[in-house]
Amino acid sequence: MSLFANRTISVCGGILLTIAACALAGPWLSPHDYLTTNFDRQLLPPSISGGQVFGTDDLGRDLFVRTMLGVRVTLLVAIVASLVSLVIGVAYGAIAGFVGGRVDAAMMRFVDTLYALPFIFFVILLMVAFERNLLLIFVAIGAVNWLDMARIVRGQTLSLREREFVDAARLMGVSTPRILLHHIAPNLIGVVVVYVTLTIPQAILVESFLSFLGLGIQEPQTSLGALVDAGVKQMEGASWALLIPAGLLALILLCFNFLGDGLRDFFDVRHTN
Amino acid sequence: MLRYTLLRVLGAIPTLLLVIILAFLMVHAAPGGPFDDERVLPADVEANIARAYNLDEPLPKQLLRYLGGLVQGDLGPSYRYRDHTVSELIGAAFPLSLKLGAMAMALAIVVGVSAGTVAALKQGTYVDRLVMAFSMTGISIPVFVVAPILVLFLAVKLQWLPAGWSSSAGISRMMLPVITLALPQIAYIARLTRASMIDVLGRDFIRTARAQGLGTMTVVRLHALKPAMLPVLSYMGPAIAAILTGSVVVEEIFGIPGLGQFFVRGALNRDYTLVLGIVVFYAALIVFLNLVVDVLYGAIDPRVRYR
Repeated sequence: MSLFANRTISVCGGILLTIAACALAGPWLSPHDYLTTNFDRQLLPPSISGGQVFGTDDLGRDLFVRTMLGVRVTLLVAIVASLVSLVIGVAYGAIAGFVGGRVDAAMMRFVDTLYALPFIFFVILLMVAFERNLLLIFVAIGAVNWLDMARIVRGQTLSLREREFVDAARLMGVSTPRILLHHIAPNLIGVVVVYVTLTIPQAILVESFLSFLGLGIQEPQTSLGALVDAGVKQMEGASWALLIPAGLLALILLCFNFLGDGLRDFFDVRHTN
Repeated sequence: MLRYTLLRVLGAIPTLLLVIILAFLMVHAAPGGPFDDERVLPADVEANIARAYNLDEPLPKQLLRYLGGLVQGDLGPSYRYRDHTVSELIGAAFPLSLKLGAMAMALAIVVGVSAGTVAALKQGTYVDRLVMAFSMTGISIPVFVVAPILVLFLAVKLQWLPAGWSSSAGISRMMLPVITLALPQIAYIARLTRASMIDVLGRDFIRTARAQGLGTMTVVRLHALKPAMLPVLSYMGPAIAAILTGSVVVEEIFGIPGLGQFFVRGALNRDYTLVLGIVVFYAALIVFLNLVVDVLYGAIDPRVRYR
């Protein structure tokens, strides 16, 4: 069975690609921008004839453009943060798994210790202590999410290390870093891709949680979490300001979770066959 | 059992110490001081403030002082709520959060285990699929999306439940916050219970019990429930952490003056000591509750004690 014949994978992948395409093209096609306030057009409900399909917010800014911008920021943070966690997790896991023995035991004990910590609070602590900017958000979220990746990569490396091609490379006098980089790493790609898909929704969750509390993306920039926060404040009179970003965030999270699960099952099946 | 418990307690101490030192260093690595304002103070006033809060000492000495205070339950003064110590603020706000969290946890366990068991017994039917679909949705969608939507429909549009909170008022005022906080945990616990219940129901001792003519409910109650609860029990640690995180959001949305609200206010006001104190307190709570779960696990399942 090919990857795209799997219904869950193709439907969720399709929805996510559509949302991403809208987020990229939408603000560019719209006559409005995310910054301009218009106090004659505050809190207008969504209308197609009026040209503002998601309505306007309390400052009269166009919500379609703002929402699409929010999706961009949310996806960007999620992807970059996942890449940060990927680099840390793969490096850590591969070294622990390849070196093995006491080093491995100590490194994994450290990971176990970190698992017990309330990580989100540490991220908030970082946001309090340092200037809030996008770079810090990337690093903070990435630094939180690498634990699962490290565990999985270590397990894979442990089994790869015993394979004949690694012995062969070692016999030929290839150095350890080179074995890791050229012989182990390429074999980890499948597993890593699947787990990145599952890390992305976690990163989205952390980012939108921070932005919702006012500790993440700062005005006039926005993200889906910040839009939900703004929507909550207007929800009695303008429910669309809450429901649209909340629904979109829920849809994106659901799709990534289903996609990750689907990919994992798909690769597992092929593995056992 | 005593040996196992002691080993667990000893294992928890370095974790806790690591958390405290990490959190302390993070706050103190911050650029700029905690009293930096728009208003520029004269240099000698600043030096006086720094001395009053011991900020002029070398970092290791400050850390030792902080740890020394911690042992006596002293988390230092709050930088923003000038007349209160951090310990006083936590002491005042925590009982409310504890009440909210405990109720949510109890609700999550009762509903989650029941739903998971029903789904396992009716495996493959529409009931099962309904529970699983709800569960996936509950796991994926964060509290801060669920909470306002529930408020919008149940409180604002339909007016079935009050949206606000007051500690003195009856059960109806607490329902919405508690349900919101419990929902994701119900989803997780239902999923876990279903999987482990299906596993347990397929074992030989269940077949024996059935062969003796026991009804389904009796088999589940007397034989299947306890072994099926082990994965749920080991999920309790992460569940407690998730409830704490969720309570930050729920308290913010429903205006509940608990610890979570103090935490967010502190974070937005850059009240370093308050935020540091609450992080340390949360971490200690989580480490302690994880310890309780571990020990309970050892008491229920003797196999883990000898690993």
